[in-house]
Amino acid sequence: MRITSFVVPVFVLGVVLYSLHKKIGVFDTFISGAKENIAVCFDILPSLAALMLAVEMFKASGALSALTELIEPITSIIGIPSECVPLALMRPVSGSGALSMLDSILSEYGADSFVGRVASVLMGSTETTLYTVAVYFGAVKIKKTRHALPSALVGDFTAFLLSALAVRLFFTVQ
Amino acid sequence: MIDYILVGIIAVSCIYGFINGGAEAVSSAVLTSGQTAVTLTLSILGAMATWGGVMKLAEKSGLTDKIARLISPVISLIFKGIDKNSKAFKAIAMNITANLFGLGNAATPLGIEAMKELKNEEGCGDTASRNMILLTVINTSSIELIPSTVAALRLAYGSTSPMDILPCVLMVSVLSLTAAVTCAYAFDWIGRKK
Repeated sequence: MRITSFVVPVFVLGVVLYSLHKKIGVFDTFISGAKENIAVCFDILPSLAALMLAVEMFKASGALSALTELIEPITSIIGIPSECVPLALMRPVSGSGALSMLDSILSEYGADSFVGRVASVLMGSTETTLYTVAVYFGAVKIKKTRHALPSALVGDFTAFLLSALAVRLFFTVQ
Repeated sequence: MIDYILVGIIAVSCIYGFINGGAEAVSSAVLTSGQTAVTLTLSILGAMATWGGVMKLAEKSGLTDKIARLISPVISLIFKGIDKNSKAFKAIAMNITANLFGLGNAATPLGIEAMKELKNEEGCGDTASRNMILLTVINTSSIELIPSTVAALRLAYGSTSPMDILPCVLMVSVLSLTAAVTCAYAFDWIGRKK
């Protein structure tokens, strides 16, 4: 029994109990939240279709595996699966693109494989950096963003280097 | 930017595919990719709905406000020079809490509000202040406590325990955020010395 098996149910229990205690209408509130997220899913479908087109073509043409093989010598030194490099490159630029990449990795290697886990950790611990920087500074009309983007990208690169290490640490790699 | 990436990848795929005799595969990829996008959306839709419901409860019940107050000592440690009772500080606390809970819809407006308040209070014209940079950097590192989208996708691909990556994600998130914040401070320090 893993401790992580308890985290989610206990969290959900805590939230519903607290909501009941605060008398906010647990059922109705849940429904409105669910509705909102369903709308979000369909909102991103068009951009997902666009980026999935690019990712699937890239994969089918053989260019993806050629690229992966090409960088294999470099990534093997730092212990990162080369299959995750395209995902790491896409992650700061496009959320839908990264989701398409993750989908393709999980379908090819399986969710519980080493590559699948590293890709999942990478996806879960990073954000769409370029988009966020553009939105946040664009909203307040800041033109000189100074070292915001370099610092954020250092964070992304750190996450990329550490994701494989973390998976090795927590799981026995087959 | 996204235009160039999209067109670039498609162009490279076509050229590479045609040269290496993979035209047929590329052609079928064009036709099936839309279906893959729909399948992906549908495969995570249910879990996203569930999670949206739970997170809405956390938000409406005031649980997120409570957490925001709880984490304010940490925030004043990172963000220097803003009053704890200012609007900017409150917006920053709410933005970070929304991020922790994965409330993407709530986090962005709160973050933009915080940026506006910071601009008002720090009056820095069109140049980013250190606190603005820090807020942006925190928002570009995913600090979501429970990575629901990834877990939903892992479940769809038959993971026996989709949440078992949780400790890894938390560890990597914390360390990469630390790296980014340290970097922001270091750049700031170097800039000041010049």
